[in-house]
Amino acid sequence: MSVQTPGVYTYSPREFHRQAHDALGNPQIRANFRKAMDGLMTKRRDSFGDWDLEALRELGANIRLRALAKLPDLLEQLEANCKANGIRVHWAEDGDQACRIIREICQSHDARSVVKGKSMVSEEMHLNAHLEEVGIEALESDLGEYLVQLNEQTPSHIIMPAIHLNTDEISEILHDKTGIERSRDVDYMTAAARSQLRERFMAADVGVSGVNFAVAETGSLCLVENEGNGRMTTTVPPVHVAVTGIEKVVEHLRDVPPLYSLLTRSATGQHVTTYFNMISSPRKAGEHDGPKEVHLVLVDNGRSNIYQDDELLDTLRCIRCGACMNHCPVYTRVGGHTYGTTYPGPIGSILSPHLMGLEETKDLPTASSLCGACGEVCPVKIPIPDLLVRLRRESVGEGRGNVPGAGVKRTRKEAAAWKGFQWLATHPAIWRSGTAVAGKLKVLAPSRLGVWTEYRSAPKPAGTTLHALVKRHQASKAHEEER
Amino acid sequence: MSARETILKRLRERADGPLSAPESDFAVATNRGWSVEERLARFERLISSVHGEVLHLERDDWTQGLAQLLADKGVRHLALGKEHPVAVDARRALADSGIEMVDVDRDIEAWQREQFEQVDAGLTSTRGGIAETGSLWLWPTSDEPRLISLVPSIHIAVLDADALEDTFFDVVEAHGWAERMPTNALLISGPSKTADIEQTLAYGVHGPRELVVLVRHAGAPAGEKA
Repeated sequence: MSVQTPGVYTYSPREFHRQAHDALGNPQIRANFRKAMDGLMTKRRDSFGDWDLEALRELGANIRLRALAKLPDLLEQLEANCKANGIRVHWAEDGDQACRIIREICQSHDARSVVKGKSMVSEEMHLNAHLEEVGIEALESDLGEYLVQLNEQTPSHIIMPAIHLNTDEISEILHDKTGIERSRDVDYMTAAARSQLRERFMAADVGVSGVNFAVAETGSLCLVENEGNGRMTTTVPPVHVAVTGIEKVVEHLRDVPPLYSLLTRSATGQHVTTYFNMISSPRKAGEHDGPKEVHLVLVDNGRSNIYQDDELLDTLRCIRCGACMNHCPVYTRVGGHTYGTTYPGPIGSILSPHLMGLEETKDLPTASSLCGACGEVCPVKIPIPDLLVRLRRESVGEGRGNVPGAGVKRTRKEAAAWKGFQWLATHPAIWRSGTAVAGKLKVLAPSRLGVWTEYRSAPKPAGTTLHALVKRHQASKAHEEER
Repeated sequence: MSARETILKRLRERADGPLSAPESDFAVATNRGWSVEERLARFERLISSVHGEVLHLERDDWTQGLAQLLADKGVRHLALGKEHPVAVDARRALADSGIEMVDVDRDIEAWQREQFEQVDAGLTSTRGGIAETGSLWLWPTSDEPRLISLVPSIHIAVLDADALEDTFFDVVEAHGWAERMPTNALLISGPSKTADIEQTLAYGVHGPRELVVLVRHAGAPAGEKA
């Protein structure tokens, strides 16, 4: 069988509708996501069985809120403590600046080969492509990321990057790209990847990882993982570069255990991951392994803009568990690539407009039925549905204008139509006579209303208005009672 | 202005004004109130559920259990420390076993390939365990470096039954982690695993395929008492 998955860069948020149409027509994609998301929802529910989930979510939201309230101070404290521990700290206003910083670190060590642990920020800033341009090979070591990279794709889920691929497709990719036998044996494929990647860990000049929580109080970088590739990446190469968004900082070490509990259970329904890796310094004198140099790159890339607005701020509470996508009826049907952004699903739809502007992403806030599942499962209680509505308002120029590209979807016709409706609905006498006339003239109502009627029948005004019906009903009841 | 100054300035001069920080109530993260038996049972159930093996041994002759385990697993090359009492005991007990004791008090640069390709198992002590999640906590040292719990195919970890505590939060608080974070602090909860191939679990993807926890009891092992 052949793997016919389009390459990475063909996906764009501008093409959301076309991509959604294609994904919906692809039974393989639909089956892969349906199966995976059903499993993840069940596992999450089971994993919180013996917990007071609401109290824990409340605490999680509270910890993140506190961190954001003190963000500039905590970033300075984090920097000071990291420096005191021997970790070098860099700041980047955008993705390009962050890429340049990492490239320069690599070049100062004459690095040819970089091994990477999973990092969504590095995807956000297209680090791999940037390094490859200057002849530095960046290899993903998380198994899912490795498979996606071999297949020249991007992740379709922030926690399970290769969730869009099934066993047969993966077998084919590994056979094609690494020359191993075709096999449906997951242990065989995993063992093959293990030995391929072990060589690469040993040879790598620099390891690049993300960060799940950065602890200001101690200057510690926390990494959550199951595979051990994160520990390899941050321990084997002589240089470790950790890259993170500025919002990932927390105030105290004691803030970490509750967030970690929420993260693993919300993400994959695990009570804990195999490894929780806390790094507070490079190799000290007398120690025998670990990198001799550790760098932390703090990336803004639009986050400080989100930070300005009281409502949008909640977006920054996110701990990147992916529960919102696992529970999203839209994500489950169209899959992660359809969104054409680094972060897909509900969180992506409220984050990407800030990172890329609403011109690029205007269809994402509407890629939701507003069923509310994402807000209900969010471990830090981000009101995602409210934020989707806010971004819809911003996109038609009815918000505060705090999002780049605000007003991009505004059309004079639509604005006038709503204005007219508002006027009618707030003038009862005219409304009543208007609806009565519409009822009389219902044969003249149009049967085609653009895209709306592509899959739906057009609404027809009723012959008698609801007001009139109610009045008639009440009159006949009163009449009966009199008798 | 540097990127640092620009970012901090933007955050400090927030358009919607300064934010107030809420207080946090950590009650949900602590106060489990488990008995010693409950802790042990929970630890064993959870770490076993993710493919970790647990062996109960008596503290006085735990190395007999270790020797048996190494024989059962066919371990020929065992990486271990020299100074920690766990390593001292193990080295003494295994002196005539024919198993090669691989010294780890060497800079990794000198023996990286040897560690990756020739060592069958790594033996480490642990600082304690966490009942709620079935986790071990380790602070690697120059005597027991970071990679010996990661690179060899089998990780054998020694845990004293009385070093089990209820939650991660309890451990962080009780042992004053915030005042003395080591270079690397680790929680380990099972062997390395992945579900990246169609959600099918596979073990040993990058790290150990097997994790064996030797739980040392002061008296007779709890399992046998029952």
